[in-house]
Amino acid sequence: MTQLTKITSHEPTTIYIKPSKGLAALNLRDLWVYRELVFFMVWRDIKVRYKQTLLGMAWAVIQPVMTMLVFTFLFDKVAKLPTDGIPYPVFSFTALLPWGLFVTALNQGSRSLVAHNNMVTKIYFPRLILPMASVFAGIVDFAIAFVILLGLLIYYKVTPAWHLLWTLPFFLLLAVVTALGVALWLSAINVQYRDVNQALPFLTQFWLFATPVAYSSSVISEKWLLLYSLNPMAGVVNGFRWALLGSGNGPDLALWISVAISVLILVTGLFYFRSMEKTFADTI
Amino acid sequence: MTTAISVTNLSKQYRIGAAETKFRYNMLRDVLVDTFYAPVRLAKALVGKSERRANQNFVWALEDVSFDLEEGNVLGIVGRNGAGKSTLLKILSRITEPTRGTVTVRGRVGSLLEVGTGFHPELTGRENIYMNGAILGMKRVEIDRKFDEIVDFSEVTQYIDTPVKRYSSGMYLRLAFAVAAHLEPEILVVDEVLAVGDAEFQKKCLGKMGDVAQQGRTVLFVSHNMSAILRLTTEAIVLNKGKLIMRGPTQEAVDFYLSSGQAQAGERAWDADEPSAAASAPFWPISLKVKDGRGKVVDTIRSTEPVTLEFEYRLDAPVTGLRVGVYLSTMRGEYILTSFDTDDPLLFEKHATRNTGRYLSRATLPADIFNEGRYSVGVNASSFGVRRYFMDENALAFNVDISGAPGTQWPEPRVGPIRPRLEWKIEKIGE
Repeated sequence: MTQLTKITSHEPTTIYIKPSKGLAALNLRDLWVYRELVFFMVWRDIKVRYKQTLLGMAWAVIQPVMTMLVFTFLFDKVAKLPTDGIPYPVFSFTALLPWGLFVTALNQGSRSLVAHNNMVTKIYFPRLILPMASVFAGIVDFAIAFVILLGLLIYYKVTPAWHLLWTLPFFLLLAVVTALGVALWLSAINVQYRDVNQALPFLTQFWLFATPVAYSSSVISEKWLLLYSLNPMAGVVNGFRWALLGSGNGPDLALWISVAISVLILVTGLFYFRSMEKTFADTI
Repeated sequence: MTTAISVTNLSKQYRIGAAETKFRYNMLRDVLVDTFYAPVRLAKALVGKSERRANQNFVWALEDVSFDLEEGNVLGIVGRNGAGKSTLLKILSRITEPTRGTVTVRGRVGSLLEVGTGFHPELTGRENIYMNGAILGMKRVEIDRKFDEIVDFSEVTQYIDTPVKRYSSGMYLRLAFAVAAHLEPEILVVDEVLAVGDAEFQKKCLGKMGDVAQQGRTVLFVSHNMSAILRLTTEAIVLNKGKLIMRGPTQEAVDFYLSSGQAQAGERAWDADEPSAAASAPFWPISLKVKDGRGKVVDTIRSTEPVTLEFEYRLDAPVTGLRVGVYLSTMRGEYILTSFDTDDPLLFEKHATRNTGRYLSRATLPADIFNEGRYSVGVNASSFGVRRYFMDENALAFNVDISGAPGTQWPEPRVGPIRPRLEWKIEKIGE
């Protein structure tokens, strides 16, 4: 009971408004105060996304499944790419799961500030909430598509790597961190330069080719491998295949490079976002 | 008494020059040049030498503003357009950061101008209450507690589980306002210029503001409506070009403001250096006036009299095909009409080219057009298909008084922005 009254009676808190100098403080405390808003924004995104569509939530499944079918035809039946002995549909769908999450999060997140410009110009709230909520909302689609993966595993009689499965949340987190980091950069740039909107489709397409979604990373020759692992999504996709199917060699130097790059993008993204935040309402 | 708001040397700098780029794409040639120039611009932007930044001018929207406000007081803020009123409110509600100076605010700042922000048409009334409440900074338990009250206040109880896209605009506004009104901030900010809605709704806003003040909360009230300022506030500050030039009891502040010639009562003047004058050479706006039937500049016109709109401007060079015109719209932003001085082909031929000099374009609106309320006059100067020289969609506003208008024997508000005197005939056509 004391807990409740503590929340409901808001003792006036003093707010100091002053120009932020140099590297803006991250002010994560404010983000904590507004944590419920993150929840509501995610909930709204999910609720609204498939409104007035005939197929509704089925779209969360149709998109990766159709891509998987196209990939299976092109890369398995026509190009006959090696898959480390895993049936190609399972092989590609395992990668399409985190990839789909990443692409949705990246696209929605990068457009989030501009899409909600009426909120940005009219009220105060930590602006970080907008890209964050967009990124988190993609996780629901991921969860739905995950059920399909389980179906595929049973159908193709693939035994999951049970003993490695516990590492999966880590790779999921890596995908989310990468998406959030890039979305922070792009959404902040998008406020001033709408070129981001034009560049996004191209960027995601390019990124797809640079990530072992349709093919196995074992086809990459040794000398390019280090450069290749600078792409955090390569680490995510390899990690998913390892944790779910036991393919590949698991956490290695390449993965740790991916993690480092991903964290670097997130941290610099946070600071860039915060330093641009003060002018969002003026330039959007 | 504790201090609710303490403002010290508050300054905010904006850059102008963005107006130049806005009209850039009017000609195909510009678009082509721009396209080829894009890589150069990108390179410059990346090394931090933005081409825009180079030829930018900076203006101080607020300059060294300082004041303290005790808890439970109602402070009026007056000043003409561009004086810095809205900038001040934006800084206080943390939408934008100051360039210099500090503000200390004790408590939550809420505003009645955020009505409906974050409403999603696909969500139901119930869902939007929670969503909007969270956006305004309410906790979920707080919304739970006030939910029934909010729904009662909004009068949409039976549609609460219907998506708001099915609501009428009135229902939508009532629901949105109900949420904002129940935020119960320690400090309430009201900007009348931005408040949307019809006269009825604005009355509700003002009423709520009065209630809030009586509960001992602190209120900041910005308005062009001097009678509202006088009625609702005890103390006021006057802003001019970003500077606080006067603070005192409301009556004195309003007198000072009205007598210092910056009042916007029926008249709008543009200074050459005014940032909001998004004009481009050779066209320079000078003033816009609303005059009543006897040629007197007025803030309130009678709907039963003709009104004259006078727009004065200067041309630095001859302009071909110029048309200077007005928009009229309601305060909700619905357009009523658009008219240009060369709409008449004969006049257009006669004034095919206007030479350098000062001009006055005058339009007379016949009597019996407007319904009761406040209307906005916008101005536009352009050469059709060539270039737009100047545009200000909300240059000036005036009130309409309807005494003597058709139907005023019934003391009821009439819907719709126009109230013409129609020719009615009543015939008996059968038994």
